[in-house]
Amino acid sequence: MNILVFAEVRDGKLKKSSLETLSEARRAAGKLGGQAAAVLVGEGVRAHAEALGKHGAVRVFVVDQPRLKYYAPEAYARAVAEAYQKHGSGAVFMAATAMGRDLAAGVAALLGTSAATDCTGVLADGGRLSVRRPVYAGKAYTTVGFRKSPAIVSLRPNVFAAEESGGTSAAEDLAVTFEEADFRSAVRDVAATAQGKVELTEAAVIVSGGRGLRGPENFHVRDELAAALGAAVGASRAVVDSGWRPHSEQVGQTGKTVAPNLYIALGISGAIQHLAGMRTSKVIVAINKDPDAPIFKAATYGIVGDVFEIVPALTQHLKKVLAT
Amino acid sequence: MNLVVCLKRVPDTITKIKIGPGAKGIDPQGVEFVVNPYDELAIEAALRLKEKAGSGEVVGVTLDPEGSDVAMRKALAIGIDRGVIIKGGTNFDSYPVAEVLAGVLKTMKFDILFFGKNAVDDDAYQVPTMVAHLLALPRVTTCVALEVEGGRAKCRRQIEGGEESVDVPLPCVISVQKGINGIHDRRYPSVKGIMAAKTKPVQTVAAPAFEPRLELLKMELPPERPPGRIVGRGVEAVPELVRLLKEEAKVL
Repeated sequence: MNILVFAEVRDGKLKKSSLETLSEARRAAGKLGGQAAAVLVGEGVRAHAEALGKHGAVRVFVVDQPRLKYYAPEAYARAVAEAYQKHGSGAVFMAATAMGRDLAAGVAALLGTSAATDCTGVLADGGRLSVRRPVYAGKAYTTVGFRKSPAIVSLRPNVFAAEESGGTSAAEDLAVTFEEADFRSAVRDVAATAQGKVELTEAAVIVSGGRGLRGPENFHVRDELAAALGAAVGASRAVVDSGWRPHSEQVGQTGKTVAPNLYIALGISGAIQHLAGMRTSKVIVAINKDPDAPIFKAATYGIVGDVFEIVPALTQHLKKVLAT
Repeated sequence: MNLVVCLKRVPDTITKIKIGPGAKGIDPQGVEFVVNPYDELAIEAALRLKEKAGSGEVVGVTLDPEGSDVAMRKALAIGIDRGVIIKGGTNFDSYPVAEVLAGVLKTMKFDILFFGKNAVDDDAYQVPTMVAHLLALPRVTTCVALEVEGGRAKCRRQIEGGEESVDVPLPCVISVQKGINGIHDRRYPSVKGIMAAKTKPVQTVAAPAFEPRLELLKMELPPERPPGRIVGRGVEAVPELVRLLKEEAKVL
């Protein structure tokens, strides 16, 4: 089975999660007797074909037009569907980013099937593709098979390894004729928000703060630790609902689901909904004054005590250790 | 403004999930079912739009394989005007769900069709886009800001580290993100609202047969994390924690 991968370009850069997805597609296609190809959609994206070739795409389709500079849901879905028809793949993969989640639904709608969203495992048992994905915010996992071709799959960022496979690939321009209706939901403009220098869902390290920080004026304690680690910052629902931190920082079932290498929870008790959002982090550190806080059951390492004494000491110690 | 909100009955997010016999779904014993939290925010957004416009109605539509009215009654208590329950269909398979919903929605007239951005059971993020496609309507998903003016919806949608601006004509489909127009929670039903909910009109229709696209082979609990440990108490534990992170966990 051949697998076609949609590669996302944001702000002129090829997303790392697209390389992770392409690498996994190459590995899976290999087990299923096929190869991976990629499709780039946008304006001025042709140059990224090289990196895609290095990561295992044997063909790279390019749909490069000025009107595609910003995301246009119907047009991008049409472009991917046309690449799929041209490539003759059995599956279409993309990273489950903000664009990927929306686009997977659009491509699936065009092709008359359902997508499997935010998958954390790709299986090739018995020569058939199936995927593993979290449901109930990760409180359970399903293994899903596909009754109709193509299988449309989005993969969770930061789970699969991006791997160069020593290949090359030239860009193949794919001419797609769009209709006006393909741009009716198009993005007009993009604005960066003040916060979010490191995006939570893509971060390797996250430092999160909860009620134990006692007030909005104390979050610099969290931020200083995050700065020392080059980490993204998160927050529990309690402090978001109290207005101490913006919703974009919320980790949990009605916030963001994250899977960093290291998650540090400061003054967070560990309610079920919060754990649902971060329990697949590779290493969890909890700092809390309550030794019975549920977070300690999920944490790899914990320190019991006052966050206001411990965290500044931790920040200082880390700065020393990381400088050597 | 005439507004429709699609809502879904899901387990409360506080639920501790247990796998049911056959390992293809959860054990519903003891589970409290509620309106999907994002759909509640959509209801609130719709009610505010209707109030601002001064007239119109907010209609709830739900697809429920068992035809349950639990979610619809809660939505009516919050303040929607009437409801349509489609009995039948499926779950965890977005395209057939969208087809069944679209079959009913295409008979309805509305300025905006609202959804929550995803349901907290399936986490699929697909039905709003698919319904929009089937109804040939523009769509804005994960919407954080919505302004209706001159027959158009000016929106912003959430992306990593920023927002995209979209401007679409009505009628359109919007899926809402928490915080849309400053809305983090919906209004709580008044006693009057709860009483009125018992008599507001609810129509039940049968879903047509559908063709599944996905096959749910197995549902299971996540692997248990290996047990962790408390490294120590207070500031004294800091050097040991850092040593473990560097040498044992190797995450520094």
